[in-house]
Amino acid sequence: MTRLGIQSTSWQRFRSHRGAMIGLVFLCLMGIFVLLLPALWPEATSTQHLALGPVSPSWEHWAGTDYEGRDLVGRIASGGRVSLLVGLVATLVALLIGVTWGATAGYMGGRVDAVMMRIVDVLYGLPYMFFVIILMVWFGQSMTNIFIGLGAVSWLTMARIVRANVLTYRERDFVLASRLAGKGTLFIIAKHIIPNVMGPIIVYSTLTVPRVMIEEAFLSFLGLGIQPPHASWGSLLSEGASLFREYPWMLVGPALALCLTLLSLNFVGDGLRDALDPRGERH
Amino acid sequence: MMKRALYRLLQSIVTFLVVVILSFLMQKSAPGGPFDTAREMEPEARAALEREWQLDQPTSSQLLTYMDGLFSFPPDLKHSMSRPDYTVVELITPRLAVSLSLGFVVLMASLFFGISMGVWAAIHRNKAGDHIIMVVALLGVSIPNFVIGPLLKWVFALELDLFPESRWAGPSSMVLPACSMSFLYIAIVARMVRGGLIESLDRDHIRAARARGFSEGRLIFVHALPEALLPVVSWLGPAMAGLAVGSVVIERVFNIPGLGNTLIDGAFNRDYTVVMGAVIVYSALLIFANLISDLLVTFLDPRARAKA
Repeated sequence: MTRLGIQSTSWQRFRSHRGAMIGLVFLCLMGIFVLLLPALWPEATSTQHLALGPVSPSWEHWAGTDYEGRDLVGRIASGGRVSLLVGLVATLVALLIGVTWGATAGYMGGRVDAVMMRIVDVLYGLPYMFFVIILMVWFGQSMTNIFIGLGAVSWLTMARIVRANVLTYRERDFVLASRLAGKGTLFIIAKHIIPNVMGPIIVYSTLTVPRVMIEEAFLSFLGLGIQPPHASWGSLLSEGASLFREYPWMLVGPALALCLTLLSLNFVGDGLRDALDPRGERH
Repeated sequence: MMKRALYRLLQSIVTFLVVVILSFLMQKSAPGGPFDTAREMEPEARAALEREWQLDQPTSSQLLTYMDGLFSFPPDLKHSMSRPDYTVVELITPRLAVSLSLGFVVLMASLFFGISMGVWAAIHRNKAGDHIIMVVALLGVSIPNFVIGPLLKWVFALELDLFPESRWAGPSSMVLPACSMSFLYIAIVARMVRGGLIESLDRDHIRAARARGFSEGRLIFVHALPEALLPVVSWLGPAMAGLAVGSVVIERVFNIPGLGNTLIDGAFNRDYTVVMGAVIVYSALLIFANLISDLLVTFLDPRARAKA
C-alpha cells in the first residue's frame, strides 16, 4: 500500500488541473528548446545572411528570417534564454531576500517587525518602473543593471506573504515545544516555519517569473533592455513591431513564444495554488 | 480609524520624499552630464552653464533649492534643460492632461467590462460561459500590451483604416490605445470579481437570505457584490501605477504626446529637470491614488474599520 502524504495529494490535485499540466509540458519543451538549440546549432542563432534579408516562413525557415537574414527560430531560442534567465534570476532574488526578510520580521515581531515592514511599505509605494527606466538610460543598458533594477523590488510581495504566514505559525504548539527544548531562532525558522509556508512561497515564485519577464520585455521593447547583437523576446518584439507591416512574421513568432510561455507560467501558478495553497489569497 | 488614516498619510509623505531624494541622487551619480554634447565645449562656457544651472554647488544645497521650489505654491520645477525657454511645469501640464484622459478611459472601461464579466462568470460558474471568460481573462493577463498594441494598430489602423494610425487628434485616436491597455485590466478585474463573488455567495448570511426567498438578483447585487468589490477598490491604487507604466509603452507605440513619452525623451536627452518633474508628478499621483484607495477600503469594510 502506498502512503498518501501531503505531497502526493497535492500532486493529484495539480494533475487534475488540465491547463496547468499542459502548461507544465509546454514549459519543459520550451526549456529544452531554448537550452539545446543555440548549443547544437550556434550558427543558426547568430549568422547573418544580409543577401537573404527577411523571408517569410517556409520549410527551411519555420518562423521566417529577420531583417539581417537570421533564422527566427534560432533568434527566438537565444532570445528565450535571456528572457527566461532574467525571469528566473529575479525570482531567485525575490526568494532569497523576500523569504529572509519576511521570516525575520514575522518571527522577531515587535519593533524589528515594525521597522522592517515600514521599509517594505515605503518601497512598495515607489513607482519603481520609472526608476528602472532612469537607471537603464543613465547608467547603461547592461544585463547587470537589468538584474539590479528588476531584482531590487521583486521581493517585496514575497516578504509580505512570508511574514503573514510566519505570524500564524509562530504561536503554534510545535514551535513553542521546539523553543522550550532550547532550539535557536534560526533553527526554528529553518526547520519548522519555512517548511510550513513552502506552499505560498512556491505559488508566488511561479507567479513572479512571468511578471518579471513582462517587465524585461517592456524595457527591451522600449530599447532600454537587452542591446543588439544580443536578443530577448522583448527586443525581438520591438524589432518586429517596427517592421510588422512589411514583415508580420517578425512580430508573430516572438509574440507567440512570449505569450505562450507567460500563459503556461500563469496556468502552472494557478494549478499550484489550487494544489498547495487552496485557501491562499489571489494576487 | 483615525490612527490608520494618520499612519497612511505619514507613510505617503515619506514615500514621496524618498522619490524626490532618490531621483535626485540618481541624476547626480549618473555618469555623464546634460552638457556632454557631441560638440566639444569651451571650459569657460561649460563652467558658465554649470553656474547658471547651479551644478557647481554641493549636492545637498542643490537638493534643498530644488525641494524649496517643489514645496512652494505654485510649485516651481525649474526650467527645462534642453528647451530652456520653457519651465518644466509648462511642458508637463498639457502632456499630463493627455495621459490622464487616456488613463481615465482605460480605468472606466476596465471596471465596467471587468465587473460585468466577473459577475456573469460567477453566476454561470463552471458552465461554458464561465470557462470562456476565464480563459479570455488568463489570456489578458498573459499578453502584454506592447503585443496587443502593434497588432491592433496593424489590423484596425493600417489594414482596415478605421482609426488614425499614430496621430493624436480627437476621441477616435484614443480607441486603439485604450483597447490595448484595458485588456489586461479587464482580465484582472474579471478574475477578482468572479473569485470574490463566488466566495461571498457561499457565505451563511447569503444562504440564509436565499432560503428566505430573496430574489437571486437582489442577493447578488445588493448583498454579495459589494463585499466582492472590496478587493477591487484596494487594487485600484496599485493598479494606477501599472496603468502609468503601461501608458509609457503604449504612448510609444501610438505616438501619443503624453507624460510617458516626455519621460523617456527627457531621459535620453538628459534633460534632468524634465525627468525629475515627470517622475515627481507621476509619483505624487500614484501615491495619492494608493492613499485614497486604502482609506476607502478601511472606510467601506466594517472588518477593517474594527481592526483599525
